[in-house]
Amino acid sequence: MEFALKNFIFYGFALMTVASALLVVTVRNIVHAAFSLMVTLFGIAGLYVFLQADFLAATQVIVYVGGILVLILFGVMMTSGRLEMRIHIERGQLLLGGVVSLALLTLLLTVIANTPAWKNLTDDGTEFPPTTKRIGELILDGPFLLPFEVVSVLLLVALIGAALISRKEVRE
Amino acid sequence: MTLQHYLVISAILFTFGIFAVLTRRNAISILMGIELILNSCNLNFAAFSRFMTPPEDISGQIIAIFGIVLAAAEAAVFLAIILAIYREFGSIRPDEVDTLKG
Repeated sequence: MEFALKNFIFYGFALMTVASALLVVTVRNIVHAAFSLMVTLFGIAGLYVFLQADFLAATQVIVYVGGILVLILFGVMMTSGRLEMRIHIERGQLLLGGVVSLALLTLLLTVIANTPAWKNLTDDGTEFPPTTKRIGELILDGPFLLPFEVVSVLLLVALIGAALISRKEVRE
Repeated sequence: MTLQHYLVISAILFTFGIFAVLTRRNAISILMGIELILNSCNLNFAAFSRFMTPPEDISGQIIAIFGIVLAAAEAAVFLAIILAIYREFGSIRPDEVDTLKG
């Protein structure tokens, strides 16, 4: 009974993610696309919870929904006049893109279905301990210390670069 | 739930992202496609970390966290470039911004 409920919620999250991602790539109004992207990101956070990645799920909601999505909406507001809210799509491009993505999806699904090492790996429902403490230890006092420092420098570079690129140029 | 459930969801998201990048004519829509691709990638990292390594090994999740950080940095620079292009050209349709073309 409990297992059935869990399956039901999982498929609900999966459907929510896939359906809203489809809306992101098909809907014509860019603001609507941005809000469907929000639903997709929430759905993926739910899937992280099912993978017992609690810290990752929280980070997904905070960084993606709280940060990147707001950034995207700002971008929409600052670059689109009322006319440019609608996205133009050319028919030939749509056809070609559809064929290419369909071929790619077929390839990926074939690989997923036929790789022996990935078969019969079922979630047996065992509960893992919370991951936050271990992630902190691995990042600050373990093998991921160097990548962590590199990423922090990269964030600083991105910050300075974004501020430099987007400022108004003052000509003397 | 098996590993393949997650992989299939991730493959579908990846394909949608590629489709958006290929067909959309608005730079911000392309950014949304790229975000979908990055998300599918992170989902794969977390799924493989859950199913293919022992429970105490959570390296895959940490890689996914680094992926989120990179996506945030990428989005910030992307939007800064879009703003600069919009000021210069008055449009963010990638096929109209072709000054280098002879």
